[in-house]
Amino acid sequence: MSDLPVTLSHVSYAVGATPILRDLDLTVRSGAPTFIIGPNGSGKSTLLRLIMGLIAPTSGAIDWNGTRDPAPRRRAIVFQQPVMLRRSVAANLIFALDQAGLEKSLQDKRCADLLALVGLGDLADRPARRLSGGERQKLAFARALARSPELLILDEPTASLDPSATLALEQLIGKAAGEGIKILMASHDLGQVRRLAGDVVFLHRGRILESASTQAFFEQPRTAQGSAFVRGDLITED
Amino acid sequence: MMEGSGALDLVLSGDPALYAIVRLSLVVSLSAVAVAALIGLPLGGLIALTRFRGRAGAIVLLNAMMGLPPVVVGLAVFLLLSRSGPLGSWGLLFTPTAMVMAQAVLITPIIAALTRQAVEDMWSEYRDELTAMGVGPLQRLLTLLYDARIALVTVLLAGFGRAAAEVGAVMIVGGNINGFTRVMTTAIALETSKGDLPLAMGLGLILIAIVFAINASAWALRLYAERRIG
Ligand SMILES: Nc1ncnc2c1ncn2[C@@H]1O[C@H](COP(=O)(O)OP(=O)(O)O)[C@@H](O)[C@H]1O
Ligand SMILES: [Mg+2]
Repeated sequence: MSDLPVTLSHVSYAVGATPILRDLDLTVRSGAPTFIIGPNGSGKSTLLRLIMGLIAPTSGAIDWNGTRDPAPRRRAIVFQQPVMLRRSVAANLIFALDQAGLEKSLQDKRCADLLALVGLGDLADRPARRLSGGERQKLAFARALARSPELLILDEPTASLDPSATLALEQLIGKAAGEGIKILMASHDLGQVRRLAGDVVFLHRGRILESASTQAFFEQPRTAQGSAFVRGDLITED
Repeated sequence: MMEGSGALDLVLSGDPALYAIVRLSLVVSLSAVAVAALIGLPLGGLIALTRFRGRAGAIVLLNAMMGLPPVVVGLAVFLLLSRSGPLGSWGLLFTPTAMVMAQAVLITPIIAALTRQAVEDMWSEYRDELTAMGVGPLQRLLTLLYDARIALVTVLLAGFGRAAAEVGAVMIVGGNINGFTRVMTTAIALETSKGDLPLAMGLGLILIAIVFAINASAWALRLYAERRIG
């Protein structure tokens, strides 16, 4: 059972009469990390929530490797502000492993391995909601890996982190990508996009304006909004 | 003055009749809380997590029922259990069991309504994460009830406080029978009307002490849990 490729055909999303995403066509395949980039309010989070299956398109269709059932199989998401359960760090992870269907007898070992991987081994018994922002993001990352995802969606996971926590998380993301997990990540940090992305989808006012390899997009953006974004101009929503 | 010190003496002397009354009060009200929790916690959680026709009306009704007058609940349970009532053959009228039933009816709406609110608030916070983890409906309910556990202990204590302090329902269905269905509140009412003020005041002191102890422990528990669990 695979979740890839994810295919969006003519997907639009509106809240009431307000269109948020308009007529998107997009296919997410395995391969190098794909970054959704664009200014604040351009619709990145909404697009990721659609692809995760948390919300349904107002029109158009999303297909996860042949099914339109939004129940997550081999995909996981790390939110910009992840919510920790009111339990210990280890219990948060065990919960995710349990939901992912891992046999009980294997959970403790896998939990310890994942905590070691993200560098939270010493904090296993700490209440998860007492963690710092960076630690919380690492636990959310471990929780996502607990699902053994093929597709790992991340919504600006480093947006409120300091440089060292950002670096730690970027290293984890790079490692996951190296192990063949498809990364689909939103970011408006140009340096981060250059460091991690294989290709980019440039969103602007709810439309996909460009979809290209990272190199091509940065060297030769095809739209005025794309060039402005690459130059780091403050592009607004008009 | 005289009466006040008499009351204190009575409490401190460990008068067996008095302690039997206190014990029955605790047993009845704690049993009522247990029954009401068994119904109210899952019911509140279910209402919080499901969408059905008339849900808004059900919530308004549930909230309104938090203020049910104890005497009216007592009367309803009395009619149910009286010899000619639908459950008359059970022979429960004027027994501690009837008192548990009446208090459970009184506080189930309180526990269900407060649980509904707590679980719904937590669901709006947890929805995306739990959906992304593929958590099914039953597991969702159990997870939210567990994660709302601090709030829910406070909810149960609120139910206990209401049950322990009410007099109307237990008076009607229990009958305030000496040594059998007499609890603190009914004893206070009786002794006051008979003019035995030391006994009434002694019981009043104990009742207040219990209510204080419960609130203090709820407060301490919250403080501790917030530090531990966040
Ligand atoms: N549930 C909603 N109700 C109303 N407006 C929304 C809702 N969700 C998103 N929006 C609006 O849609 C636009 C895109 O939001 P979002 O996807 O969060 O953008 P981004 O993640 O790129 O900053 C924003 O203008 C936002 O205010
Ligand atoms: Mg966003």
